[in-house]
Amino acid sequence: MREKESSVSALESFRESTRSWLEENCPPSIRTPMVQDEIVWGGCNAEFKNPESKLWLERMAEKGWTCPTWPQEYGGGGLSKDESIILSQELARINARPALTSFGISMLGPVLLQYGNHEQKAEHIPKIVRGEIRWCQGYSEPGSGSDLASLKTRAELEGDHYIINGSKVWTSYADKADWIFCLVRTDFEVPKHSGISFILFDMASEGVSTKPIQLISGSSPFCETFFDDVRVPASNLVGQLNDGWTIAKRLLQHERTMISGFGLAGSQGDRGGTTSTTASLEKAAMHYRGDEEQISDPVLRDQIAQFKIDSEAFAFTSQRSIEESKQAQGPNATSSMLKYYGCELNKRRYELLLQAIGSQSLGWEGDGFSDDELQIAREWLRSKANSIEGGTAEVQLNIVAKRVLGLPDMLSLVSK
Amino acid sequence: MPLVLNEDQQMLQDSAKNFCQQHAPIAVLRRLRDEDNPRGFDQDIWQQIVELGWTGMTIPESFGGFDFGFSGLGVVLEQTGRTLLSSPLIATVLLSATAINKLGTDSQKAELLPKIAAGELLLAFAIDELPVHKPSHIAATAVKQGNDFVLNGSKTFVLDSPVAEKILVVARTSGETGDLAGRSVFVVDAKQTGVEVTRTKMVDSRSCGKLTLNDVIVSADSQLGTAEVTDSSLNRILDIARVGLAAEMLGSALEAFERTLEYLKQREQFGVLIGSFQALQHRAAIMYSELELCRSAVRAALSALDEQDKTDLEIARLASMAKAKLCETAELVSNEAVQMHGGIGMTDEFDIGFYLKRARVAQQFLGDVNFHRNRYATLSGF
Repeated sequence: MREKESSVSALESFRESTRSWLEENCPPSIRTPMVQDEIVWGGCNAEFKNPESKLWLERMAEKGWTCPTWPQEYGGGGLSKDESIILSQELARINARPALTSFGISMLGPVLLQYGNHEQKAEHIPKIVRGEIRWCQGYSEPGSGSDLASLKTRAELEGDHYIINGSKVWTSYADKADWIFCLVRTDFEVPKHSGISFILFDMASEGVSTKPIQLISGSSPFCETFFDDVRVPASNLVGQLNDGWTIAKRLLQHERTMISGFGLAGSQGDRGGTTSTTASLEKAAMHYRGDEEQISDPVLRDQIAQFKIDSEAFAFTSQRSIEESKQAQGPNATSSMLKYYGCELNKRRYELLLQAIGSQSLGWEGDGFSDDELQIAREWLRSKANSIEGGTAEVQLNIVAKRVLGLPDMLSLVSK
Repeated sequence: MPLVLNEDQQMLQDSAKNFCQQHAPIAVLRRLRDEDNPRGFDQDIWQQIVELGWTGMTIPESFGGFDFGFSGLGVVLEQTGRTLLSSPLIATVLLSATAINKLGTDSQKAELLPKIAAGELLLAFAIDELPVHKPSHIAATAVKQGNDFVLNGSKTFVLDSPVAEKILVVARTSGETGDLAGRSVFVVDAKQTGVEVTRTKMVDSRSCGKLTLNDVIVSADSQLGTAEVTDSSLNRILDIARVGLAAEMLGSALEAFERTLEYLKQREQFGVLIGSFQALQHRAAIMYSELELCRSAVRAALSALDEQDKTDLEIARLASMAKAKLCETAELVSNEAVQMHGGIGMTDEFDIGFYLKRARVAQQFLGDVNFHRNRYATLSGF
């Protein structure tokens, strides 16, 4: 009991010192809602539209607080889960923007800490913490989407190097990334899951090329990536040879947890910090109808109420999952459920937003629409990818059925 | 608001689960129905429930209870939902004891609450007059006459009214039908002249009835709190009951789902287990997701009930969120449960139909999905 009390008071003093550090070190413009082109992705060619973003990143990275729970040995914050919860609460209290957003933090880092060797961690983790290297994900291939394990990009050992040939698709920001974490086939003779390895390499290597893909929303966040006799040191292979699928799946769990966060904004019905009339569904619905007290269309009102109830219950579920994972280590099979539901919610939000705003939400560009209205049309189109990227909705449901509910393998139909 | 159970609540959950499975399985409800038992519950099981202390869980220690909180009662109700345990917990403890505790004077509490905690008094709570829940629609009247009130009117869907010794009646002491002001709650003796209860047999086989009050004379001190109730205090009582009911519905829906899942893993057709069909797997995975949301909604709402700093508005929003979500999911899961069981799911011999029947009655009780979505929207300012 004494021990409990002292640890509670230690946490409270951590909160106090964190609060005063943030007061002193978080620049004023960082406490305003994030705008799209000021998100800090880091990397060799990092751009800082807002100079205070750079300052904020440096200060946070210095303390390791861009990755608060990672070990101090590799530049992380070394905080306990409780301390990191306090840190995020204190950051939220002053509406601080994230200092750094990166696939290094949300995807690669956690699995490199789990499966990498000391040299690999010492080389890469500190640079992820400080945002010096921007990573991209080499997973999907033209012939390997939902059936990811059928991937064909090959890595053949030649002396102390692997020679990599093949192509990847849907590589987010490959044209801006410095390094890639990549799934490659290192054995063609064994069942598909058993011949995959997980390897890291420099995107500046000879033989790597990228080509942006234009999406239905008009933007090009994804690329096709080609490898033509790319030479990669054999020491860049993470974990055991041919055991890459284990790492790949673990990383996907982290990715899903990240993507399921898209649905969370819906708990307040907002689109991330904007204060306009389209910030929430109900505000938009009333504004565009000239309603004062309540939404005049009862059918739309019902749909928005249903959406908001689901969003609120989903937010509680995400929170509960965090509380429950305090006992477990890292994300578990429920990450598939959260990914599935969060993405469906986000898509629903945009469909309802279109109904709330009417034809003003369907402008493509030019006069006659506010910037915000044009933005919504693009966000609506972009949201369609939510239930495809990081494993489709259908794949998530397969995983829940198999891993959580223990239902028999679908292939048993074929094998009998 | 904690969303996971603490150690005490975990222990309570385990013991409640054991009790319900060992002593109050679904076969008990089937027997009560087959006997056409007008009480709607098993007296021996009720006695054991009293001994377990469940009747006193939300009653203050000063009035003979344990003050364990609504989260505790919710944990128990979830487990009773799993075996469809029919008992006076909902009408007597969840609704009536809450109303007495929230509204009553000290002497009213001292007279009634210790008896409830000791399992010596059964009550019913009569509010609805229409076949749909509409708490503002109170046409029943209570007219002051000297030191007494004279009650007239009729009530429907009154849970446990055929067995209750006393009935809490919501009646109008001023204003017009539909007004939020002017409602009072009276403690009426079920045996009193002018009180008539007609048993109504519902699909869920629980005890229910219609109540008519014909010039029923009660003394002024049978008016709870000896004053009219405000809309917010009446709603607080109903909201507590709605959340408790949502907890029971959660247990029933989880059990119906798990039984269905087991069936999918046993039943063979076309030479394979039907659970290997993707058409069923995805529907099962979607139900699982919805049930996880339901679990969180119920936990959040129960925790809020035990927090002193929560406003009536916050409680009301959470209660309507939980009840709306549970109504929607109870309907989904109970329908899918019958469908996925196929022909056997339609037979009376098989238990799954009991879950369907109970789900619909619980959905209607204290407001259906439409009522609560509408209320949630209003409370959210749109």
